[in-house]
Amino acid sequence: MREDAFDAIVVGAGPAGTAAAYLLAKSGWQVVLVERGDYPGAKNVMGGILYRVAMEEIIPSFWKEAPVERHITEQRVWLLSSDSAFSVGYKSDRLAKDPYNAFTVLRAKFDSWFAGKAEEAGAILVPQTVAEELIWEGGRVIGVRTGRQEGDLFASVVILAEGVNSLLAKKAGLHPEILPHQVALAVKETICLPKERIEDRFNLEDGEGTAIEIVGENTKGRVGAGFIYTNRESLSVGVGVLLSDLVELKLTPHDLIEAMKVHPLIRRLLEGGKTEEYAAHLVPEGGWSAIPPLFADGLMIAGDAAMLVNSVHREGSNMALTSGRLAAECALKAKEMGDFSAKTLSRYRKALEESFVLQDLRRYRKVSDFFSGHNQFFSLYPEMINEAAHEILVVDSVPKGEKVRRIKETIFKKRSKFQFLKDFYHFWRIIR
Amino acid sequence: MKLEDKLYLLRFKPDEKTHLKPKEEDCQRCESRPCTLFCPAQVYKWEGGKLVVSFENCLECGSCRIGCRFVSLDWRYPRGGYGVSFRFG
Repeated sequence: MREDAFDAIVVGAGPAGTAAAYLLAKSGWQVVLVERGDYPGAKNVMGGILYRVAMEEIIPSFWKEAPVERHITEQRVWLLSSDSAFSVGYKSDRLAKDPYNAFTVLRAKFDSWFAGKAEEAGAILVPQTVAEELIWEGGRVIGVRTGRQEGDLFASVVILAEGVNSLLAKKAGLHPEILPHQVALAVKETICLPKERIEDRFNLEDGEGTAIEIVGENTKGRVGAGFIYTNRESLSVGVGVLLSDLVELKLTPHDLIEAMKVHPLIRRLLEGGKTEEYAAHLVPEGGWSAIPPLFADGLMIAGDAAMLVNSVHREGSNMALTSGRLAAECALKAKEMGDFSAKTLSRYRKALEESFVLQDLRRYRKVSDFFSGHNQFFSLYPEMINEAAHEILVVDSVPKGEKVRRIKETIFKKRSKFQFLKDFYHFWRIIR
Repeated sequence: MKLEDKLYLLRFKPDEKTHLKPKEEDCQRCESRPCTLFCPAQVYKWEGGKLVVSFENCLECGSCRIGCRFVSLDWRYPRGGYGVSFRFG
């Protein structure tokens, strides 16, 4: 062990890395948190939902001081056709009461605050610094080479939370290259609107927020989804499609988001808003089968770098926070045992397996492959359900029996009864 | 709204050297050149028989690294303190 070594180096000041750095620093460890942005959050993008419980397990009652935007009181899913939306949703006064379930956040603000808490706890934040590669000795990780002059850092343990591109883990051969069907490319705009406008338009009281997920026409029938989330004085509006689908579509992501914004039903929600920021981000969608080894001698991998995203339920920030926390807990245990070998750090994987993180990812392990081969869930079915709803809800003196017959005829003309039943049987099997 | 206007909203601190280095011989034999379409900032343009890389507009998402058909791109993050900084994220 070198004299100049820290107890831990954490790469990446997003939710996973900062969670680990905060908890270790709070336990009295000497921790370095390496961040390539000008400030934590400068390079960090997500749709915008942060879940309370996962964050509260790190900082109790955090929302009373953290820069959160709105607590979510309503969640909707829109199945979108070219001029209609079939909407299902859940709204509850229970979600409007403290402690809340989820919040919208803007990552540049939230991550800065969170990293500030880690610094208060004693972590050393090193911004504007790119971690270039892992330093190995005798088959174990002993540090991180940064882009700074004489920038080698050494520690008993390294926690990689470098985000979806996970370059260090790939360089070290721990992580196979991600394939185009294992990531979605999402683009997002932050569209400013006055607070009162947002609250009137989305039927919200002060501080409340809505999250709308949108599937169908907005991804041109490809595997992906769009979203509209309400912030305090802005909307986060975005759309993501599997990179492999985007390559086939021959459309630019910018075209996709522009087309979505002028959809007749979406345009009405954005009316009068002013785009203040445009961002892009890859979302790990590979699920269970794309998860790299999560540990090695002297090393653990957390968050997006470990592909911990549940795309069915659009959960990612909670998995990042929880994996960062469990990595920190495992590191503390390893120090107690005086052993940072892979054998000891395998407890991290075990803890993830016992938590919702790997249990959920295991449960939905077939989802990614299923949707790649079943585009109809993003094209034909959203269109059909809107057609069916229109037929049933337009009152025009046609008997209901005749309407049902027409609906069946339209559907089974495009997809045989057998195929239709098979699709939904498989759908039920993989998400149940 | 045009892409150029959106990129204009962002704060970039471009480095002197590019952090995106496609291999020219691969680009020459690539027929579809998907990067010229899927890149969210249209960093890649085919002009005058070669790939022009406007690295200073890069949003650092990593799509080109994964989506390049020849996986031929030397892709790294801009040096510390350079590149895009999001105000909202």
